[in-house]
Amino acid sequence: MIYDVIIIGGGVTGCNIARTLSKYNLKVCLLEKEAEIAAGTTKANSGVIHAGYASSREYIKRYLCIKGNKLYTQAAEELNFPFKRIGSFVVALEDNQIKQLEEERKKGIEDGIPGLEVILDKKKIKQMEPNLTDEVVGVLHAPTAGLASPYELTFALAENAAMNGIKFFRNHEVVKIKHQDYIFTIRTYEGEFQGRNIINAAGLHAARVSRMLGLDYFSIMPRKGEYILFDRNVFQLNKILFPIPTKVSKGILVCPTLHGNTFVGPNAQNITDREDISTTTAGLKEILDGGMKLIPNIPARSSIRNFAGLRAVPDTYDFIIDNTDVYGFINVAGILSPGLTATFAIAEKVVEFLELLGVELNVKEDYNPIRPKPERFKDFTKKELDKKIQEDPAWGRIICRCETIPEKEIINAIHAPVGANTVDGVKFRCRPGMGRCQGGFCRPRVIEILSRELNKPYVEITKRGEDTNILVGKTKDFMLKSERGGASE
Amino acid sequence: MKQYSVDVAVIGGGSAGLAAAIVVKKAELNVLIIERDKELGGITLQCIHNGFGLHEFKEELTGPEYVQRFINQAKELEIPAKLDTMVIEFTPDKTIYAVNKEEGLIEIKTKAIILAMGCREKTRGAINIPGFRPAGIYTAGQAQRFVNIEGYLPGRTFVILGSGDIGMIMARRLTWEGCQVKAVVEIQPYVSGLIRNEVQCLEDYGIPLITSYTITKIHGKERLKGVTISKVDRNFDRVIGSDKFIECDTLLLSVGLIPENELTREAGAEISQMGGPVVDNNLETKIDGIFACGNVLQVHDLVDLVTAEAKRAGLNAIEYIKERYSKKIGKKDQIKCIPGENVNYIKPDLINRADLSKNIIFTFRVKRPDRRLLIQLKDEKNKIVYKRKRRYVIPSEMIEIKLNLSEQQIDPESNTLEVEVIPRPEVLIEDD
Repeated sequence: MIYDVIIIGGGVTGCNIARTLSKYNLKVCLLEKEAEIAAGTTKANSGVIHAGYASSREYIKRYLCIKGNKLYTQAAEELNFPFKRIGSFVVALEDNQIKQLEEERKKGIEDGIPGLEVILDKKKIKQMEPNLTDEVVGVLHAPTAGLASPYELTFALAENAAMNGIKFFRNHEVVKIKHQDYIFTIRTYEGEFQGRNIINAAGLHAARVSRMLGLDYFSIMPRKGEYILFDRNVFQLNKILFPIPTKVSKGILVCPTLHGNTFVGPNAQNITDREDISTTTAGLKEILDGGMKLIPNIPARSSIRNFAGLRAVPDTYDFIIDNTDVYGFINVAGILSPGLTATFAIAEKVVEFLELLGVELNVKEDYNPIRPKPERFKDFTKKELDKKIQEDPAWGRIICRCETIPEKEIINAIHAPVGANTVDGVKFRCRPGMGRCQGGFCRPRVIEILSRELNKPYVEITKRGEDTNILVGKTKDFMLKSERGGASE
Repeated sequence: MKQYSVDVAVIGGGSAGLAAAIVVKKAELNVLIIERDKELGGITLQCIHNGFGLHEFKEELTGPEYVQRFINQAKELEIPAKLDTMVIEFTPDKTIYAVNKEEGLIEIKTKAIILAMGCREKTRGAINIPGFRPAGIYTAGQAQRFVNIEGYLPGRTFVILGSGDIGMIMARRLTWEGCQVKAVVEIQPYVSGLIRNEVQCLEDYGIPLITSYTITKIHGKERLKGVTISKVDRNFDRVIGSDKFIECDTLLLSVGLIPENELTREAGAEISQMGGPVVDNNLETKIDGIFACGNVLQVHDLVDLVTAEAKRAGLNAIEYIKERYSKKIGKKDQIKCIPGENVNYIKPDLINRADLSKNIIFTFRVKRPDRRLLIQLKDEKNKIVYKRKRRYVIPSEMIEIKLNLSEQQIDPESNTLEVEVIPRPEVLIEDD
């Protein structure tokens, strides 16, 4: 089979393009190298939907961000992912920073960002965000800024795309691409794929994929950002809090999540290893100190997780969205912040490029843009809950006590289109293991359910794909092997 | 929605919940146990090592043997238990909402509730170890469940962070399974679990205990490949140049336990600094008629002590129903217990002034080990109402004192009672 379009990369960018293309009568597939989608940059992301004032006017990312922000309202209605416009503050701690805020506001308003205001009334500021430091002298308030759960958005996009006929291939790492007679042949370890057009949304690996076709005109540097996540109900913020931005990043923010947690981070550290998502002592200290400048009484003891993500930073510092010199090959690379905000605008842009390449875009008759909202135990009233359990007893068996997740939600996550097939896949889709016990209680039960639903032996259930086994074997097997003089591996 | 009405509901069917329920049932009150697992017994079921029952039965049993005695007794007494049932909420008016597969949502109206939900383990996040986040990192209790209950091994070569009891017991258990335990790493300069476990689980098997060290980096992108350990100074800061790499495929964390009080907090009962609810000398929380016992109140060293505490909670719940429930007598005037010098916390947090003539059991832990000491209780005006010598104290051993405060002639007007563990004055004189 020859696909009309093959998308490389199952992050938010790739999945959004897939979902946008699923509207048309096209044969499309998506290749992802990891066992789950949303497993790279998308997974460890602040989840902030920016208002759009922050990027410089010389960059296309500023305009795609402003446009993308607006597109979220409709998308959240269609795709039912967690999204909320809670507004953000850029916090000035010194009088001389106010001028900068005024400048941002003026330019932002000119470029069509609604509601931007500089607030200097300390009382009003503290009323809006009581946790904020007393040192504050003024803030830039952006009411259209918000929060989205980046991985839940990506799962929603993929589910909706799959519902509308897009094929997803996970554990398919692209190793080679050939281009002959206007047909691309992509080789993966799992077999070959042929297509007329390729969209390269390979994130940190986009430059490498581009070079497979000899297109060596940009490079992607990984830039690490570390985070600390705090337990729910320890302290709650009303607003996303940014410091005054620096040249390299928007700085270390203190930010609520849509699930009631709070995080601080990220810092920005240029590295060379594209897989190095390790956290460091110095880095964790840096972000905690940074966060404390805005919220002085962060309860460091109530952290439940630290993690790091990598930004795909292009040497141009702007999004690279190009119809390249190789006919039919589109690069969508260097999607760093505000890439999540811009994602819907980026996908639209890619469709325009495909149109330029002569791809016929006929809307499917049966296209359905609605991805039904995943049913959640927590959203039910007591009465509804009772009814649900009568209908399906799996609603009545609680697997994760920290987040109150019943067996049914896990089963649903596994059997959803492009569903979970690893422990982390389950965790990111419906949250068992996200809470304060971090899977201490629920992990054996999640493994049991995955094993049963996927019909796989217990020991083959992994954390997040190949080489991430959780268990190594049955207890007595190992002993018996060693006694017989077998290799102790 | 199914509705039930009982005198006493016990949340949690582990060692604490069983003992409390048995006491209540023996007083011929209507009691119900609610247990989230498929069977009664709680975490003691996975503690298949011995050392249980020395206080309670004057004999040495394994965990499952110990708890089975209570399960059998509960069966004989025909105590009803709802298994595989998760409490999702309880309210200050003592109504419990729970779910299970068979009945759906259940509403249970009660006169008194005994909280016996136990505790959970601290995780990597709580201690913020930097590095990668590969597969192969578990809490010691989780590994214990995999090995002892499910029959699977989580790895082959282990490093254990923290010398808590479960960690040391797992070091021995895994050695028996043919695994290699390379080291138990402890940030404190002393072992944090019981000395008997250090001897029986580590020394007897030649497993090194490395004190004043901690893990400063996790290696391995997919599965764990090893850890870097570093020496720490007195302030727990890393000593530069002391890093050592240990190759291993699994890291177990035994870095402490936290009482499991999310529901308690949501119900509005005050929670103390250490994670357990604030209780008075009757083990009653700030909400009338809701009692707490076992590890949900404070983390105990031995299950025997949990049993003893749970029995007291049961008796107090009976007394509450008989004396105060119908008359709607609320809490009265209370004295506050304050942890003083080298005392980490103390239970109870409050003493009812009306109960001053009763025997009161105080339990507390010290912050750091020390020798040749004096345990003192002082009232608000710094008058010493009680003192006792003690040869040594360590944080891993809970200290228990049984006292009748009126016999000790506490000032009846005093609003506080402070407990302190101080060096014995004569030692100071000798040293001088």
